Amino acid sequence: MTKRTWALLAMLALGLVFPAAGVSKQQGGVLHMIAWEGYLQPQWVAPFTKATGCQIKSKYAGSSDEMVTLMRTGGGGQYDMVSASGDASLRLIYGHDVQTVDPSKIPDFKNFGKAFQSPPNNTVGGKHYGISLQWGPNTLLYNTQKVKPAPTSWSSIYSAKYKGKITVPDNPIQIADAALYLMKTQPSLKITDPYELNVAQFNATIHLLTQQKPLIKKYWALASDEIDLFKNGDAVIGASWPYQTNTLQAAKAPVKDLIPKEGATGWLDTWMVSAKTKQLDCAYKWLAWISTPKVQAEQAIYFGETPVNSKACAIMDTLAKGSCEQYHANAPLKYFKQIYFWKTPIADCGNGQKNCMDYTKWQQAWTQLKG
Amino acid sequence: MAAGLDAAQGLRPKARARRLRGGALRALALLAPPVGAFLVVYVAALVALFVSAFWTVDAFTGELIHHWTFDNFRTLWNESTYRTVALRTIGIAAAVTITDAVIAFPFAYFMARIAGGRTRAMLFVLVLLPLWASYLARVYAWRLILDNDGLLNWSLRKVGLPPAGLAYSNTAMWIVFSYIWLPFMILPVYAALERIPHSYIEASRDLGARGFRTFRSVVLPLALPGVVAGSIFTFSLTLGDYITPTLIGGTSSQFIGNVVYDSVNQSSNLPFGAAFAVVPVVVMGVYLVIARRLGAFEAL
Repeated sequence: MTKRTWALLAMLALGLVFPAAGVSKQQGGVLHMIAWEGYLQPQWVAPFTKATGCQIKSKYAGSSDEMVTLMRTGGGGQYDMVSASGDASLRLIYGHDVQTVDPSKIPDFKNFGKAFQSPPNNTVGGKHYGISLQWGPNTLLYNTQKVKPAPTSWSSIYSAKYKGKITVPDNPIQIADAALYLMKTQPSLKITDPYELNVAQFNATIHLLTQQKPLIKKYWALASDEIDLFKNGDAVIGASWPYQTNTLQAAKAPVKDLIPKEGATGWLDTWMVSAKTKQLDCAYKWLAWISTPKVQAEQAIYFGETPVNSKACAIMDTLAKGSCEQYHANAPLKYFKQIYFWKTPIADCGNGQKNCMDYTKWQQAWTQLKG
Repeated sequence: MAAGLDAAQGLRPKARARRLRGGALRALALLAPPVGAFLVVYVAALVALFVSAFWTVDAFTGELIHHWTFDNFRTLWNESTYRTVALRTIGIAAAVTITDAVIAFPFAYFMARIAGGRTRAMLFVLVLLPLWASYLARVYAWRLILDNDGLLNWSLRKVGLPPAGLAYSNTAMWIVFSYIWLPFMILPVYAALERIPHSYIEASRDLGARGFRTFRSVVLPLALPGVVAGSIFTFSLTLGDYITPTLIGGTSSQFIGNVVYDSVNQSSNLPFGAAFAVVPVVVMGVYLVIARRLGAFEAL
């Protein structure tokens, strides 16, 4: 090699060393996050990066099951944080995929509604495995022109009146919706919790879903699928999230949603920190940031969900008039009580008995239902 | 032939042996990287798939249990759901293959033997054009056609017919699969038809065979390997798909791929997914053996 080549190589090598040194001096790191679509919008991520120097790389997941799988693949060191719903969080906790967090490091934690500080889906044995984020109900969505009179009960999606025009989510946790309906309409089954079902209660629920199947147009897998079904008239009534309602109404589709008289299932999401993260500092900064009233309000309005920080209500109204009330951020405890939050079904029934159907059984039953 | 060549070049036996050894070494050096990559990437992945099919997972924590068992295969065999899913997958794959063969044959025949150079080039472009667009875009396009308020029902209404109600059904899946994989049938059939020497057909005519007899006794047997080669594509591509069933299928439209996807993504149950994935591998193995008997590999 000539001297010139050596000199070039040396320069290249120096170039490799120096930027690296520059990066390590920066205060932030890179957080790799698994989140629901719409949870990491530039609107509140960019100011976070600016304020803390911590960058965010996001990976959107389509289901709770996908989130659990992603957190576990690659030895679990690939992702630093996850916005887990209640039907994923317990699996992550018992699978040792996430670590405990200290709420005293989150200044806004004291402003959370009491029910969201230590909910059973992210707090086990008094230990916090994450910080609650936002919540919302699974609603009954209907086409106001085709469904008359307006529905008041979940019975609309189990009766033949709208045969072939009904859609429900393609998700094993949907079994809980049917169980909740039976809990309110068939007291003889003695269901007390739609996620804790013994064999008899479980079989009765699956029987209801089997009867419902011929009435259904499609089990929707993506929110956009349900939006298409309602837009194109293939479905006129179905189980939904507020997100679809917002999107359809924005597109001037004649739809409305409600929480029927039986109550509804719902989700409560939690930001959790991977057990193997090397970015603990940035992770705590993110937990603190996402809990502040302003960011809570922004996300609530963007997604159509309810913030856990009670101080977010006032800011929501300044961002979009009436949005605090629209998304129930100021709702009384009564509203909250009619929602049965997603949680992973486990064999422990919560009443000392261990004969409940666990999530594997739910998944098998769901696969067999679809056939 | 190599020996003849060497003799012609007048090499002595010793030199010849040295040359052969050198040649073998060179060939080995040349082939080692691709063969190695093939073994590691392809064969090893298949072996890993097969091995993990004999493991199970802890239902709650999702951790693998490395304990040899036939449980997964037993579940597959005993649960009627999985049998239904497997039969549905194979049935629709077969229906799609037959449909494509029936549509592709006259099309390819026209392209190979009747159309002039210009028409042929244009038809080629038309066959290949859909492949330039994304698979997903084409599937969603079909959704717009088959939807309740879609193009099909709109057209039917215009001519005073009742709506078809095809959206989100197994029939819809059959239509969409047949459309998507059609080019993969046309091309090999075209290649086989084009290869038939014109003199054979003239000879058949000279011997007094009419059009249909010539077609049945000369054209069809010579084109059959092409049809079988195309069927390998249409059959295997349908067999392994899971996106169209999700987007186009109805309430009873699960394919093997969907169950595998759900096992991995919903249950974190990789071993069960692996066990079910063995089924299409076996089906394709049997299919390929039959296809080879019918001479499909010479037509590829």
